[in-house]
Amino acid sequence: MKYKVKAFGIARDILGAKEVNLEIDGNQVADLRKHLSSQYPALNDLNSLLVAVNLSYAEDDLLLQESDEIVLIPPVSGG
Amino acid sequence: MTARKKTMIEITDKPIDVQKIIKTASTQAAGGINVFIGTVRNATKNKNVQRLEYESYESMAIMEIRKIVDEALKRWKLLGHAISHRVGTLKPGEIAVVVAVSTPHRKESFEACQFIIDELKAKVPIWKKEVFEDGEQWVSAHP
Repeated sequence: MKYKVKAFGIARDILGAKEVNLEIDGNQVADLRKHLSSQYPALNDLNSLLVAVNLSYAEDDLLLQESDEIVLIPPVSGG
Repeated sequence: MTARKKTMIEITDKPIDVQKIIKTASTQAAGGINVFIGTVRNATKNKNVQRLEYESYESMAIMEIRKIVDEALKRWKLLGHAISHRVGTLKPGEIAVVVAVSTPHRKESFEACQFIIDELKAKVPIWKKEVFEDGEQWVSAHP
């Protein structure tokens, strides 16, 4: 499946772009994570990496649609 | 004497007007307004911070702050609240975030205000990068 994935903060720096197009095996958030951690190993060094789908934090077993807004959320540091 | 709740949540790239935030959270039924003002510190681990660069995933940040406020509304009698978070480039001393809540009595105003800022810092998709003379780092990114 093909997905558009956006990223903020240090995740954007690691991806090298605000948005990337990824073709991954599988259609769950866990499959996306597996793909990211092998293609962008620096993501594995972060304190945490959450995936937001359509404006909510997503669990690993969530099924992704190609039209979803998928965003990588590295450790937040507001305030 | 309206019972309408006063509420505001914003992410802004302009300097935050603290008086406006306080006024927005104020109601005549309140016995107190509690305000937290978060400012940019000039040093981290003895290194001088030249500036902070804030960014947010704005649409989700607003939704996450709203969830926090909804939780606060279940726990305390909030009569009004106003929350503003700045993004963009900030210098030491500048205001990054303001949380104002009004409640009938002071104890719950302290508790609700602390709850909202603590949860905001832990959950809301906003990030800051510290820029030093000799480098930069995303805050909290690495162990």
